[in-house]
Amino acid sequence: MRSAKWLAPILTTLALAACGGGAAPSAAPVSSAPPPAASKPAAASTAASASASAKPAASTAASAKPAASGAAASGAGAASGAAGAKPTVRIGGFNFPESSVLAELYGQALEGAGYKVDRHENLGSREVVEPALEKGDLDMVPEYMSTLLLFVDKNAKGSSDPAEAQKLLQTALTPKNLTVLDYSPAVDTNGFAVTKANADKYKLAKMSDLQPVAPQFILGGPPECPQRPFCEVGLQNTYGLKFKDFKPLDAGGPLTVAALKGDQIQVGLLFTTDPSIITNNFVELEDDKHLQQADNVAPVVRNDLLSKAAPDFKTTLNAVSAKLTTASLTDLDKQVGVDKKDAKDVAAAWLKTNGLVK
Amino acid sequence: MGSTVSIFSQVAAWFADPSHWSSSDGIPTRVAEHLVLSGAATALAILLALPLGVYLGHARRFDFAAINVANVGRALPSLALLAFALPVAFALGLGLGFWPTLFAMVPLGIPPILTNAVAGVREVDPEVVDAARGMGLSGRQLLRQVELPIAAPLILAGVRNAAVAIVATATLGALVAGGGLGRYIVDGLARQEYARLFAGALLVALLAICVEIAFSLLERIVVSPGVRRTLTATLA
Repeated sequence: MRSAKWLAPILTTLALAACGGGAAPSAAPVSSAPPPAASKPAAASTAASASASAKPAASTAASAKPAASGAAASGAGAASGAAGAKPTVRIGGFNFPESSVLAELYGQALEGAGYKVDRHENLGSREVVEPALEKGDLDMVPEYMSTLLLFVDKNAKGSSDPAEAQKLLQTALTPKNLTVLDYSPAVDTNGFAVTKANADKYKLAKMSDLQPVAPQFILGGPPECPQRPFCEVGLQNTYGLKFKDFKPLDAGGPLTVAALKGDQIQVGLLFTTDPSIITNNFVELEDDKHLQQADNVAPVVRNDLLSKAAPDFKTTLNAVSAKLTTASLTDLDKQVGVDKKDAKDVAAAWLKTNGLVK
Repeated sequence: MGSTVSIFSQVAAWFADPSHWSSSDGIPTRVAEHLVLSGAATALAILLALPLGVYLGHARRFDFAAINVANVGRALPSLALLAFALPVAFALGLGLGFWPTLFAMVPLGIPPILTNAVAGVREVDPEVVDAARGMGLSGRQLLRQVELPIAAPLILAGVRNAAVAIVATATLGALVAGGGLGRYIVDGLARQEYARLFAGALLVALLAICVEIAFSLLERIVVSPGVRRTLTATLA
């Protein structure tokens, strides 16, 4: 973990250089611009409104070539005028499939609105991606609110209420010149699943339904679960659940799925958007007492991009977030993870059926 | 992390905690699970390797090939075998934990048992064999009354090596949700409870030493005093 701190910038630079090299030539001036630009805005934007006049010097230089045609094409849409630029948006993603799906969803919606999108999917863990966003090597990352909050502020308390979580996150991000846009109803967090057979037999739909049967059930999850506030400890404190036993398995991985299927455990920790819930017909119990924090999906964007982009930048992204639910994200994950479809195609089809792109 | 001293005191405190001596995650349960798994794996390995080894050594045929094939088996990493055994166990509906680990542990026990059985029986002094045949012993009698007793120390040493290797390696079972002492190591790592991790490692080492001692006691009972005397004489 400690080594990742100094490794991160190196890895990011390497990754960005590798990706940028393959991109269209018009992207070259953009990706070469950031280092000087990134150090300036930090100083300039402390005088928040002044940055509006300070930045265009850099942004027009960078966006003149790639975005000129885009701005002309969308001139009709940007009726409000002045801040109607359509800059290139560099979107980053984490090294797991769902993150690529999210990057594609937001990215393709932006492309539909006339923005040019520079993709940096599969960049790495948050230790790599977040510093890249802060430094200005990326413009936007589809994030998970509570996880990001804990990442930027180790002592954060967090909240199970998404609106409150968003407020807390924005407070933590403001000094970093980052903005959380509207959060989506889609949540990827710890969930607890049972088999369909047990759900029917014991009438289980919510976590609190487990109360009478917990003493005869075995809980399965990652080995650290018995000590974690969002796992066994929380289940006991929030729901008063005391299981017959705990079986150490993996963090929502194949062992947990197999153990649940084989009835070696009756309750298993699986992430809320895990496709194996669908493929095995498991029942995800509703967190009715809100033990889990609000890890809703939300795009986090750099302020310098927001200030220069047209108003439809925000509305386009917010429209995607509004339509995205946990169930639809799980289904998208399944198409990518189980059916082995390409994240790009899966995202395109979803945006189309939801009327988010033409 | 503290100094070495504090780790030792943490491990001592871990052992002193009464809650670590009861429940399904307690030391007695884990030791029992570990012994059952290791015992079953060793027994299966004996069943598969010992008759074959003794036969090949007695017949003095294919013995060289058998030893070489068995030695190739030694090169197979147990972790890879475990990874291979897991989907097989899934497919057979045997579930997690015990069975996949058993599948992975048996091949670990076969090479030392087979090699030592072949070598032990084959290396019996040809003059002794000749003398026994001259006295009119049948092949079966020769094996039972002459070859096996003389080969016993080597055969037992092979079984002992297999058992110790299995006890030490059965810790891997925790990776596929098995029980046993590996649980403490894997869970200690996941929870960053280093006292638990060290306690687990210590328990495995202690158990392996106990197995070693148990086999040397067994050797005293099984090996005929005459053979033991000549053995010590040749060794001296």
